[in-house]
Amino acid sequence: MSFVSQFKFLASEKTRDLRHRSVIRTALRSYEVVRDKRKAAFQSWESARQAAAETKWEAINHLDTHLESLVSKLESRGTKVHWASNSAQAREIISQILRDKKARSIIKSKAMTSEEIHLNHALEKEGFTVVESDLGEFIVQLRHEPPYHIVFPSMHLTRGEIKDLFQKELGDAPSDSPEELTMVARRVMRQKYIQADVGFTGGNFAIAETGMISITENEGNARLTAALPKTMVTLMGIEKVLPRFSDLALFLPMLATAGAGQPMTCYNTMYSGPRQPGECDGPEEWHVILLDNRRTELLADAEQRDSLHCIRCGACLNVCPIFRNVGGHTYGTTYSGPVGAVITPHLRGLQDWKHLSNASSLCGACTEACPVKIDLHHHLLQNRRNASASEPAFFEKLAYKIFAIVANEPAFWSLAKKIGWLTQPLQSLVKGSALDPAKAWTKTRDLPPQPLESFKDWWKNRQ
Amino acid sequence: MTVTLFIPCFIDALFPRAGISMVEILERLGHKVVCPNEIACCGQPPFNSGYWDEARTIAAPALEKLKDAEAVVIGSGSCGAMIKKFYPELFAKTPQAELAKQVASRTWEFSDFLVSKLGVTDLGAKFPHKVTFHDGCHGLRELGIKSAPRALLGKVSGLEFVEMKEESCCGFGGTFSAKFPMISTAMGEVKCAAATETGADFIVSNDSSCLMHIQGLLSRQGSKLKTIHLAEVLNQK
Amino acid sequence: MKNTGNILSEREKILGRIREALKISAPLPGSHGEVATHAHAESPASHAREWLPSVGASSVEQFDLFAKNAADLKADFQLFSSRDELSAALKKISAAEKWSRIASHDGELSNFASASLGLPVLLTDKGYDVQEMEKCDAGISECDALIAQTGGVVVTSRSAGGRALSVLPPHHIVIARREQLVPDLPAAFALLQQKYAPDFPSMISFITGPSRTGDIERILVLGAHGPKKLTVLCF
Repeated sequence: MSFVSQFKFLASEKTRDLRHRSVIRTALRSYEVVRDKRKAAFQSWESARQAAAETKWEAINHLDTHLESLVSKLESRGTKVHWASNSAQAREIISQILRDKKARSIIKSKAMTSEEIHLNHALEKEGFTVVESDLGEFIVQLRHEPPYHIVFPSMHLTRGEIKDLFQKELGDAPSDSPEELTMVARRVMRQKYIQADVGFTGGNFAIAETGMISITENEGNARLTAALPKTMVTLMGIEKVLPRFSDLALFLPMLATAGAGQPMTCYNTMYSGPRQPGECDGPEEWHVILLDNRRTELLADAEQRDSLHCIRCGACLNVCPIFRNVGGHTYGTTYSGPVGAVITPHLRGLQDWKHLSNASSLCGACTEACPVKIDLHHHLLQNRRNASASEPAFFEKLAYKIFAIVANEPAFWSLAKKIGWLTQPLQSLVKGSALDPAKAWTKTRDLPPQPLESFKDWWKNRQ
Repeated sequence: MTVTLFIPCFIDALFPRAGISMVEILERLGHKVVCPNEIACCGQPPFNSGYWDEARTIAAPALEKLKDAEAVVIGSGSCGAMIKKFYPELFAKTPQAELAKQVASRTWEFSDFLVSKLGVTDLGAKFPHKVTFHDGCHGLRELGIKSAPRALLGKVSGLEFVEMKEESCCGFGGTFSAKFPMISTAMGEVKCAAATETGADFIVSNDSSCLMHIQGLLSRQGSKLKTIHLAEVLNQK
Repeated sequence: MKNTGNILSEREKILGRIREALKISAPLPGSHGEVATHAHAESPASHAREWLPSVGASSVEQFDLFAKNAADLKADFQLFSSRDELSAALKKISAAEKWSRIASHDGELSNFASASLGLPVLLTDKGYDVQEMEKCDAGISECDALIAQTGGVVVTSRSAGGRALSVLPPHHIVIARREQLVPDLPAAFALLQQKYAPDFPSMISFITGPSRTGDIERILVLGAHGPKKLTVLCF
């Protein structure tokens, strides 16, 4: 099945699933309430957005300089920095580190880039044990499914489903209370942190000025992952750079507000090296892998370069009516929702993934929600333009050519309207059936009746 | 002033009463209205699908026809956005780039024209029903139109206005409604439910294309809720 | 672009692609598509203080704000007039929670706090056995700052006994002085830069409340992996 067929198939299933629709709407409604409260607490959310957008512009449009500064500072304090052009290279670098350290068990905190490079599967095939420590990621890992949402991986599940899951996979599910289920995960994870050979993290921001990587989380699992194992490995996209340490004063509360409706996420931690002389704990070795994986191609598209400003807050997913109705898994991509629809064609191929840009009403809610003012919905339109310019769909292009001829010639336009009016009774005969040319519409909707006198007829009769 | 009224293709063919209402309202306000017969469409369907050459084939003659218009008024948020926001982009780096910017600067969506340009909110209309308003996304986000329709409805005698609890896209999205009908329908169902929850008798909008999709679902559901264009409400006595 | 016939490192390849891509400028946001030639001289975020939530001008207002924010976060904040009052309060917590062992680090404030409890103390400073820390009922640490704007505290691996002390034990107790309260996030970052640059501790952490998750039906649960309780005792 092609990607687009798969998307349409899954979308058909999910949009009919009223229970799913209800679960997601409940989750997102509670998010909206706190998000609006937190935005209102800002003295000026809009000024903050503009400054955040300009800061990211500065970061991305001087990316080489900032990366050089970041890396030189990291290396000066003992961090080993690796550069990976693609997924395969990144996986190989990580595997090699694990082999060098003779590691067997890895504890992971949340890293969407690790999903992007399909890391877990590759490591498990090589015989390593990988445990996701973030509760939501842990849950979907047990279910053998990808995260549903980049920030809320298990948003689609009810407590009952999680109880059954824990009972089945862990033999430990006292009740369906979220509190008790969370404590189960806490218990399971405890010794895994202490005994893991390697701690693996992602990174939310990389500070060029001071050579730091900042990690944002609520649970504390990333902090433990970065504190206890002897070796720490961090994988991060090259676009995560911010110029200055003080920029975090703006970005951390904005990420929390847009992403979860929190004033600040519980733990925001900046790492500037492995354990330093005089420090009593922390990893002896820290490896940071900088991932390109076609981000430089997106960078080269100056019109859409601002998509690299993304801070992965998930706000665009939360407001997107398509996301709310088809759900995160339907996209079939690491990054779903509007930002996923924008960047996936660049990261994985335009013709294969243009359908995500087509599956949108271009309502613009995403662009409005984006804390760094990425022009998301216009990028979807640009993807459509680029896709049809490089590989036009013959019949669609022809249809528009014919439409143009008809629209430009009043006599043809008038004739087209007459034909439409005359064939109305015929249409109601075939309505909804295979013969109905308007089936896509009439399967679920009635067609509007076409009056005999059009506006132009009325106008002409008036003169 | 002389108002060039641009009647979008679907209003011409399917919802002429909305266009007629606009003409009558503008004339009652003392303006001369012209409706160029040669312009049938703004070019948005091919534009939204990414076929910009074909879109230019339709939009270029439209642009020429609007060249000397004193004020261009369109009875649709999405077509309004096409001309005001997207024509400059569509014609960038072409000989008509400057003309596109010029015409865009003299173009308004209907409700925006009444309130922002003419400074009129009270049209002496009467519509004793409970209504709610659906903001078409293009009008709302591309053109920033939210208060104008509400200001106008607020002056309609006997009208009881109630806001929907959540604001969301109706799911029409032009060709999206046919290319991804299952998603379009789901989005429309959410909108219909929100509208029904208000207890209103009518859903009003400044975009007939949205109403066409919403009405299509309501009729199929057998709902008593009706849709009506803003201009028609404002023209009721 | 190098053309020496040598194999380029991935670093050089990636930087090369970046430089090539950046030869074309992208428009500054909010500039309506006009191509930018330079950014502002001043950092765009330097006025963040004017846009983030307001904090009040006086110390009293800021302490009230800290207290309110901490309460919203379900963190326990207590302000005392003297060290002795603080010790007494700490002893009460220890008795109520039936602590039998605690973990801490060598610091003026953390020392007096631990000493007042009369319990076995695991000190982290010279290294420690994690399994032993796991048996501790609470971790007592100092901090670098309290932030009124967020109700949170800032700790580092240098000032708070390492990386694990403030996150592994189930109850984290922070001992702070009044003077450590800063109004907002910009002030906190400025303080850290002034105090440590360029030789930063390898870990700096902004802790805003006890550990939490909303991953199950978005219901708030405390103590996901980090401490279930956070107590800030200030004098």
